[in-house]
Amino acid sequence: MTHIRVTALSALAAGMALAALLAAPAHAQQQAIDPVIVDRYVAATWKSTSDEWKARVAQDETQRICTATGNNPPGADFDKTLAREVATVVYPTDGNVLGDWKRGEQVAQRGTGGQFSDTPTTARGGNCYACHQIAPKELSYGTLGPSLVGYGRDRKYDKDEAKKTFAKVFNAMAIVPCSQMPRFGYHKFLTEEQIKDVVGLLFDPESPVNK
Amino acid sequence: MPVDKWQRQNNWLGLATAVVLALCSASAMAQPAVDDVSEKEIERYRAMINDPMANPGYLNVDRGEQLWALKRGAKNASLETCDLGEGPGKLEGAFARLPRHFKDTDKVMDLEQRLLHCMTAIQELDTKDVIARRFSGPGRMSDMEDLVAFIANKSNGLKFAMPVEHPKEKEMYAVGEAMFYRRSAIMDFSCATCHAEEGKRIRLQGLPNFSKPGKPAQETMGSWPTYRVSQSQLRTMQHRLWDCYRQMRMPAPDYASDGVTALTVFMVKQAEGGEITVPSIKR
Repeated sequence: MTHIRVTALSALAAGMALAALLAAPAHAQQQAIDPVIVDRYVAATWKSTSDEWKARVAQDETQRICTATGNNPPGADFDKTLAREVATVVYPTDGNVLGDWKRGEQVAQRGTGGQFSDTPTTARGGNCYACHQIAPKELSYGTLGPSLVGYGRDRKYDKDEAKKTFAKVFNAMAIVPCSQMPRFGYHKFLTEEQIKDVVGLLFDPESPVNK
Repeated sequence: MPVDKWQRQNNWLGLATAVVLALCSASAMAQPAVDDVSEKEIERYRAMINDPMANPGYLNVDRGEQLWALKRGAKNASLETCDLGEGPGKLEGAFARLPRHFKDTDKVMDLEQRLLHCMTAIQELDTKDVIARRFSGPGRMSDMEDLVAFIANKSNGLKFAMPVEHPKEKEMYAVGEAMFYRRSAIMDFSCATCHAEEGKRIRLQGLPNFSKPGKPAQETMGSWPTYRVSQSQLRTMQHRLWDCYRQMRMPAPDYASDGVTALTVFMVKQAEGGEITVPSIKR
């Protein structure tokens, strides 16, 4: 226990130092409480949850590190987290990352799937507009993430950039450890096809994103 | 039905239409350049409907008042001797200082947990049915929502001043803060993903910043419970947190569980000094 606390404390100290160097917003977070106590509350709060759903309550190693460091894992943790996440990315076997931008727009618009109010067959979407401006004609967009207007055009429709974008949507933490963006492919929330379609929405010269 | 209630309902129907139309047109014309204009329009309509005679949430307040005095349970007793922290039966200001530590249970309890405790201890009421109806729906009224609306309303005009002094209150606060930042589930979200910065929004919906004490936290906590026009029901913060976890793709948190109370302690602390005006009316 003591060991974990010391690790968390030194991680926090290093994290604070790093926060000054990085532009990423750091949360002014206190880690004064013993994580074992927090886990006890968490277990009590989802006590009547089915075993299948309980898996979502437990944190994976990356979620744990990101939480413990206020999303600014220091030095060795940063490298370890990045390497762990990079290793999860599965690219399309034929190398083509560009799908259909029209279907990508549907994926970006849809905000359902995976909620306890949904059924297992409820269509899933990335709900990208919840956080990003994407196609300029859609005025109902959120601002938690950056605007993606002109995304492919700005990157000169570069093939390597498109591949990197596939990786970003598949697992945002393979690009930026502790990114706030969901790891859609890592969690198998979106299919490879859906992720390709979203990359199409961002990279196809015919997509309204680039018009 | 008493005349005043009948009038409330009829005033409500006309205004509901106006509100829905207003909100629709406000969001339809919303775009970055006119965001301020939209916000002001929505604020104008909010002010217009911020009238007890037009807010159906006050029907819940009335029902809650009756439930508070209703004799039931094995002891055929009312809740009128229930101590919500200010002394038996004292309702004024109780909501402004909850959750808090109670000596008799040696637990930090929020309003819902305390009411369930009183139902069991004072009325010897089997709370199974009450908990099954924890959230109202079409044709299903909720005693808990009604009681919370009634009791919270008794703190109107007062400011949040929850004690964080007892070691268990301090633990609750620290756990609530940790849970606020705890990332999990298939979206990797924590509460802080959406609620840790000023001026952010999901689609067009503004997001209150709960990462620090201040106006957004005060205005949010001071306006729940609220009548949700989109759901045609009065909703409590307990329900709002349940809905947040739903959108985060987490499983539903247990009703009146300690984790929800811990989060509530954290949020009420951030809202310290904020004035209570409930039930309010929201989208």
